[in-house]
Amino acid sequence: MAKKISILIVDDEESVRDSLYNWFIEDGYHVECAEDAKKALSMLQSESFHIILADIKMPGMDGLEMLKRIKSLKSDAIVIIMTAFATVDTAVQALKDGAFDYVTKPFDPDDLSHLIRNASKQITLTEENEILKDKVTLLENVEDMIGQSEAMQEVFKQIESVAQSNASVIITGESGTGKELVAKAIHANSSRKFFPMVSVHCGALTESLLESELFGHEKGAFTGAVYNRKGRFEMADSGTIFLDEIATISPKMQVELLRVLETKSFVRVGGNKEISSDFRVLCATNRDLKSMVDKGLFREDLYYRLNVVNINVPPLRNRIEDIPLLIDYFIKKCCNSMNRPILPIEPAALKRMEEYAYPGNIRELENMVERAIVVGNGKKIMLKDLPMVKERMSTSFESLDDLGKKHILAILNKYGWNITVSAKALKLDRVTLYNKIKKYGLTQPKQ
Amino acid sequence: MHLEKIKLISFGYFEKSLLEKIVKDVEQEFQLPVKTKEGHLDLSLFYDPSRRQYDGNRLLKEITNSYAKEQNKTLGLFNVDLFIPILTYIFGQAYLNGKAGIASIYRLRNERYGIFKDEKVLINRFRKEVIHELGHTFGLIHCFDPTCVMRSSTYVEDIDQKNHQLCHKCREQLTKT
Repeated sequence: MAKKISILIVDDEESVRDSLYNWFIEDGYHVECAEDAKKALSMLQSESFHIILADIKMPGMDGLEMLKRIKSLKSDAIVIIMTAFATVDTAVQALKDGAFDYVTKPFDPDDLSHLIRNASKQITLTEENEILKDKVTLLENVEDMIGQSEAMQEVFKQIESVAQSNASVIITGESGTGKELVAKAIHANSSRKFFPMVSVHCGALTESLLESELFGHEKGAFTGAVYNRKGRFEMADSGTIFLDEIATISPKMQVELLRVLETKSFVRVGGNKEISSDFRVLCATNRDLKSMVDKGLFREDLYYRLNVVNINVPPLRNRIEDIPLLIDYFIKKCCNSMNRPILPIEPAALKRMEEYAYPGNIRELENMVERAIVVGNGKKIMLKDLPMVKERMSTSFESLDDLGKKHILAILNKYGWNITVSAKALKLDRVTLYNKIKKYGLTQPKQ
Repeated sequence: MHLEKIKLISFGYFEKSLLEKIVKDVEQEFQLPVKTKEGHLDLSLFYDPSRRQYDGNRLLKEITNSYAKEQNKTLGLFNVDLFIPILTYIFGQAYLNGKAGIASIYRLRNERYGIFKDEKVLINRFRKEVIHELGHTFGLIHCFDPTCVMRSSTYVEDIDQKNHQLCHKCREQLTKT
């Protein structure tokens, strides 16, 4: 059995619960029992089961009512209804309400095995479907990695060589350079590709939230912990965990992270059971971790544990030859998502975009293309549709003199109209400053 | 805990030669001394007249409470038809990782299925059933290997298809436990 299937047995008769429990446990399933619907529903709040086997006649809430409630909580739950008194009406009702099957007690041993085997097959298919969907999305995203420049070719080579190993990787680079895409590409090319890649944005969470996010928590561990929750390390079992903005984590979290990386096991917040998980760590930062280590802001042992391989993603200004390719790609992507025909770009606009420095890197370029498509005439991307041209146009109404006047006034006000100090700050002599004050007609505000 | 022996307790009439043949194979599989003993139970207390069968759950509890010891693995052998409330019949059952189990020879006989009596086939089936239930008491779950004795069997034909030995994987598991 690839994955341990969990079964919840709901029956008011102890002998039935015991019999089913023993039967399934011998088959290697994880089995829990509940004596009535109320208890079963409360168990389902804190734990999820793959299959629920419920008796139709129980004191209090009956099996059909419980089935409806379970389906309203989790529409894809597999519920098998058991009965000692089968009638066509109840069978039809159970199936209409979404029961997976309806069986009459006592069953033939072979029927029971078949029933569970069929349900397990459905679970496996559903899970495989989810994994494949994730994989398709992941592969779509990996295609976003575009670049013919030497710098990007070097990055691709590094991804290829590191992907098949289990080594930890630190991906460095300025904000917006595509560090997460590099992580996705490593995961998609690794042997872990059929398992999840779980991303955690460390900078967006407080210390306690990050702890609960990474390790999970038990019900009641803190105010608001109403349910048991799996942590990201647990979710990344057999897959990859991507820790973005790793430089932002607190010293306490650094210690805990180091321990988890070394033992590959951890305890949920408020729990006492050691949980093991087989994951690969990729992390990213836009800061210089080595200098943070030198300044004592980042643990040296954790740094060396994470920095087995370092991939540096170059900023866009260092690979200007990739800009036309990226523009072309983003135009296609954006037009497709908006269901519009692919728009051409005016040569002047393309030239201006190639000359721009992109402090926000590829993210800025993508937003720029999207904005130009949205605000443009719908036929062609024009120079005037670019945000940097707009900025320049909005300031072109003021002359150099206007700017000079404004700046001198600001300095004078800053230093309380002290001419000597203001002239020194403006790198002018006092006479020139007096002349400028006279020329612009500047006056000291009244106290 | 150090295990001392495996105890096979027969309830009802069993031919001595049949039990002797089984003992040897059980010893071989589990590498523990096997002792046989005759037990006495008023089986009418476990009879369900509505099903005309004997309650396997209650019998297993009785064997556990009255015959089994922590340092032994005990298996009750019966020649009556066993059931558990949710199933029409069982060949046997045991507590996973527990100290006791039960097995019945009743549904293993060819005559029950309108075929000529075959003592050799019967012994073969029974020793597989005994080893299978004892395997559960050692913590072994059902195995997917079609030749392994721990393969789940719902019909006698299923029992005939498997060997009376543990597969390599189950043996490894047994050695660990």
